[in-house]
Amino acid sequence: MKSRSRTVLLRSLALHAVIVPLALLWLLPIWMMIVFASMEDSAIFSAEVQLWPGDRFIENFHELQAELDFVRTIVVSVVVAVIYTAASVVLTSMAGWALARYRFHGRGLVVSIILGTMTLPYFVVVIPQFIMVARDFGLSNTWIALIVPPLFNSLGVLFMRQAFTMMPADLFDAARIDGVSEWQIFRHVALPLARPMLAALSIILFLHSWNNYLWPLLISNDRSMMTAPVALGSLFGLLDVSWGGVMVGSVLLTAPMLVVFIFMQRFFMAGITAGAVK
Amino acid sequence: MGSVSLEGVSKSFGAIKVIHGADLDIQDGEFVVFVGPSGCGKSTLLRMIAGLESISHGSLRIGDRLVTDVEPGDRGISMVFQSYALYPHMDVTENLSFGLRMNGNKAADTSERVRGAASVLQLDSLLARLPKQLSGGQRQRVAIGRSIVRKPQVFLFDEPLSNLDAELRVQMRVEIARLHHELGATMIYVTHDQTEAMTLADRIVVLRAGHIEQVGTPLALYTDPDNQFVAGFIGSPRMNFLTGEARGHVDGRQAVVLSGQGDAVVEVALSQPLPSGTPVSLGLRPEHAQVGSPGPGTFTTTIDVVEYLGATSYLYSGTTTKEPLIVARQGVHTDRAGDQVVVGVPPDKAILFAADGTRLR
Repeated sequence: MKSRSRTVLLRSLALHAVIVPLALLWLLPIWMMIVFASMEDSAIFSAEVQLWPGDRFIENFHELQAELDFVRTIVVSVVVAVIYTAASVVLTSMAGWALARYRFHGRGLVVSIILGTMTLPYFVVVIPQFIMVARDFGLSNTWIALIVPPLFNSLGVLFMRQAFTMMPADLFDAARIDGVSEWQIFRHVALPLARPMLAALSIILFLHSWNNYLWPLLISNDRSMMTAPVALGSLFGLLDVSWGGVMVGSVLLTAPMLVVFIFMQRFFMAGITAGAVK
Repeated sequence: MGSVSLEGVSKSFGAIKVIHGADLDIQDGEFVVFVGPSGCGKSTLLRMIAGLESISHGSLRIGDRLVTDVEPGDRGISMVFQSYALYPHMDVTENLSFGLRMNGNKAADTSERVRGAASVLQLDSLLARLPKQLSGGQRQRVAIGRSIVRKPQVFLFDEPLSNLDAELRVQMRVEIARLHHELGATMIYVTHDQTEAMTLADRIVVLRAGHIEQVGTPLALYTDPDNQFVAGFIGSPRMNFLTGEARGHVDGRQAVVLSGQGDAVVEVALSQPLPSGTPVSLGLRPEHAQVGSPGPGTFTTTIDVVEYLGATSYLYSGTTTKEPLIVARQGVHTDRAGDQVVVGVPPDKAILFAADGTRLR
């Protein structure tokens, strides 16, 4: 018994000897981002490496705000991400429900096409999409252009289709016999049961929108409609860049996502692993 | 009126036909049980009555209404599923009232019906619990309660007790029988459990490969089966089938030589004589086989296995042959594996089947 617990301890120590340095390595860039966000540019580029934050966070933020009206870009990002996430969750879950639970001609073909779109690189899609939205519809620098084109999300559709497929069909049959309409079944039976998956999908979609760079860069070049990542990126071409400010912007972009993930990881893991084991 | 009438009802999945022109009339207030081996179509037929599967051909009436193409919720039926199909995120009250609430039923009437069903099924103290906080039997009672609150013309049960342990199954069986008595509603019940079928049914419908083989009271199916399949399917342990050949026919009795049992000769009542040499199968229920002393219509066999059940013992012989034999002996006996016993076939209890399984009368 004693030797068994000793083996377990040694195995645990060996495991942690690998895991802890890897975790620190992963955390290092995030830590350095925080450190740089609180330093003057001269200190950032000095040969002497500093590992502890300075006291210039607020000043750097003011410089960034003066340069970009960064708070406004954050607001734009939040509005876009929230509306996109809500709308996409509604649309993808409805599409997933239909593909999971209704038998109709061509269902397999529709699923194959949706799956097929996942194999297309985004860069193949983005040019025609840009031409259509900007030139044909004239929607550059509008909320619609920022939110609507990425709305249909094949990953989300397949994710929700899988979630609904795994649910026992008897539940929905029981509701049909109770005279409940298809919409009510979706709304009152299927969606509440899919809550962990919906939470996971919401996190994925919110992150996707929050981190989206290429599409907002193409479609919104007006300062008033810039999202935060695009606004930050716009600084890099300038001669006189406040790198401390850029790092403050990066911290402000990263922190909410970390908080969301930490608080919702329970749902996230439940959703991602649902159905993996009985 | 809760009568159910099926006329030439068929079901096909693509090119595969699973129900072949079923005709069946179920009277108002009758308890009808569908039985048959796995894959015979009994659950499919029930789901067709429920409206969960479409009817490819034929027509279905519930009461006076033609409901072949009517939505499940408008057929005046309710259904209890094997898996209970309770909504896991709703408590018992919400589960019971869900259908009524969604259909805009008045709140006062809904809560009255829920209270009524809860009282009938002794669920009063469980109304605030979620399904995961209930035992298997309690869950099944909630599922039945959900059916009751709808006040349907016809109750459908799809193997409702299969997920319960043996003791609970007996309890719930009695409960369902009591409910039928109290509500007086038409009930259609699917099971593969012989005991459930025999004890609950007013009439049993035996299905095989999508065909209705026979419809009748439990005792009629047991004592007077129409064919070898029904004879073998109804009754536990199953009926013995002994191969034989027809010989002479005298005074309305057909002599049959049991070729697999030492050429014992049994004279069975038969109105139409069979040509000599016609192959037949002689059916004999285990409890009708008599252990005794040698004489006409007897043969000797060696016991392979004995099952002692207290009041009855089952003697198994020829278990490795194509013609296994089971003999039920009432009372306490000391038979052992390896013993030789003389088995007698009472001619008035034997049933003859032709080689194709049809009954010879």
